[in-house]
Amino acid sequence: MRGMRILQRSYGEYLQSSAMPQRQTRSFHEAFFSINHMFSASYSTASEKGGEETEKINVIFVDKDGEEIHVKVPIGMNILEAAHENDIELEGACEGSLACSTCHVIVMETEYYNKLEEPTDEENDMLDLAFGLTETSRLGCQVIDGVRLAIPSATRNFVVDGFVPNWFTDTKLVYYP
Amino acid sequence: MSRRYLARYLVSRYFSSSVSPRPLHVCIVGSGPAGFYTADKLLKAHEGARIDIIDRLPTPFGLVRSGVAPDHPETKIAINQFSRVAQHERCSFYGNVKLGSDLLLSELRDLYHVVVLAYGAESDKDLGIPGETLSGIYSAREFVWWYNGHPDYSSLKPDLTSSDTAVILGQGNVALDVARILLRPTTELASTDIARHALSALEESSIRKVFLVGRRGPVQAALTAKELREVLGIKNMHIRIKETDLSVTPADEEEMKNSRIRKRIYELLSKAAAAAGTSESDPDQRELHFVFFRQPDRFLESNERKGHVSGVNLEKTILESAGSGKQLAVGTGEFEDLNCSLVLKAIGYKSVPINGLPFDHKKGVVPNVRGRVVSQPVEGLSQTERGLYVCGWLKRGPVGIIATNLYCAEETVGSISEDIEEGVFTSSKEGSKGLMQLLEKREVKKVDFSGWEKVDAKEKQMGSERNKPREKLVTWDDLLAAAAAN
Repeated sequence: MRGMRILQRSYGEYLQSSAMPQRQTRSFHEAFFSINHMFSASYSTASEKGGEETEKINVIFVDKDGEEIHVKVPIGMNILEAAHENDIELEGACEGSLACSTCHVIVMETEYYNKLEEPTDEENDMLDLAFGLTETSRLGCQVIDGVRLAIPSATRNFVVDGFVPNWFTDTKLVYYP
Repeated sequence: MSRRYLARYLVSRYFSSSVSPRPLHVCIVGSGPAGFYTADKLLKAHEGARIDIIDRLPTPFGLVRSGVAPDHPETKIAINQFSRVAQHERCSFYGNVKLGSDLLLSELRDLYHVVVLAYGAESDKDLGIPGETLSGIYSAREFVWWYNGHPDYSSLKPDLTSSDTAVILGQGNVALDVARILLRPTTELASTDIARHALSALEESSIRKVFLVGRRGPVQAALTAKELREVLGIKNMHIRIKETDLSVTPADEEEMKNSRIRKRIYELLSKAAAAAGTSESDPDQRELHFVFFRQPDRFLESNERKGHVSGVNLEKTILESAGSGKQLAVGTGEFEDLNCSLVLKAIGYKSVPINGLPFDHKKGVVPNVRGRVVSQPVEGLSQTERGLYVCGWLKRGPVGIIATNLYCAEETVGSISEDIEEGVFTSSKEGSKGLMQLLEKREVKKVDFSGWEKVDAKEKQMGSERNKPREKLVTWDDLLAAAAAN
């Protein structure tokens, strides 16, 4: 299963921006700081569901050890809620009130990012303060409808053939716990 | 499995085994975001971790309770997460316990395997200019603690009635917070958790003009977009920015190119300057002036009221390159006066050192390497203080937002985890039990989390009577009494 790919910069790179030398920690927890965490979202196909459309997105969270955790996210649920529903550690200090940036995620595929609805001024204001900000960063608590918009209804026809176009199945979300 | 790996594996299992792990006794000093995120991550990383969080105040949450402005309730939501941590079975909160008075750092280090200092920055940077001790001049921190009902500042009684003008030195978010609280219609403040004494004082206030004075230009202003957008949107609050201040140099362009936030702030300020225009004069009109390229030279004393401030003498500045894209303000020798009856210095906080703790007085932080405290001997290499760590502002300096502590705690907990792996904590420690005995011996009236919950319930109940989310208890006596009530 594939899906929306989001990348989070490691803490080591964040430190670099505050004028500390970047270095790999020589410890058991090296992975803790230098691995990119990934999770991905994709749309479940009717063929998998045997015809009954439940309108869910398949999201794969990849934890710090590189392990993939596959979850299903109902359309309309934001990524932060989805993470919490599945016991995945994505911090949400202000619980979705656009008063923090702890649920910062990065959409790895620019194409997918572009299909999401543009962030509001309020979201951009919070993203300004997020660590490891990139061109395709979003706040997890604000990513909902965009995911829906990314599916053209025509894809259901593709699904009948068992074929699913690459661009919307290959997006991954990465979060930083 | 190599023997070394086996040894490390067994040691880490010693503290983290799911089969009755040996306790790792941890004491965290300070219950703000740094303290709570550290506790949260330690609890998750080590099943053997038993954590006591102490705070000198009877109430937890640090600046989330005493620093975040009353009209920013959504920023305080983080308290929910912190409360869950405090209620964890392996975590306890003890308020009204002061490091340095009720117990010594050395005593904590004797009782606990790990001590994490996360007590932030409770003092202020000084300007070091003449007149700084005149009355009517406060640090923004004092003013913020006053309107947020911090028990140490409830009797501040700032003079808000001697003139219509206040000058704020600094243009960061704290400066914007105090400007907003000074200028917002009190009808709007009345339904927030602002302290009652502050609301009353603001209702009587004659302050109608606030000057936010910065040494450098709009491109360098430290405020952030959300806060700027907010003041630009307040009804009947007129923003004043000099168009000439908005001209940018190539160096400014470079700064904006490298920083998305700088660029967005500059654009917002430009839009605000353009929109300001001329407005009809209304005696009750509130004005927020952004003054750029001015640094304070000295404070002026009033002739009518000796000992009281009557204005600030400002020196015009220009920017000079300081290398690597940074620009510094340099005085030009041209001066002008700005009259006012209230000055708030919002130029930064400073941490307070304690006995027995290495301290870098220049940077105002505890010297550390990724959260491990290091001592600075006169000669030779610095030495790591075993079992002693820092997190938050005490570690990084007084910068960043609540969320910054998330990553700061990650790093400190990472260092602690490494040390566990290395077998640093093998000796037996008393932990909580020892702390309780010590506090009892010294008759310290500690406030545990259920005590805070009583205070919380009382404040909410009092608030509901006045259409406020809470009515804060603002004296030590009231807080301790409520915490101890049945």
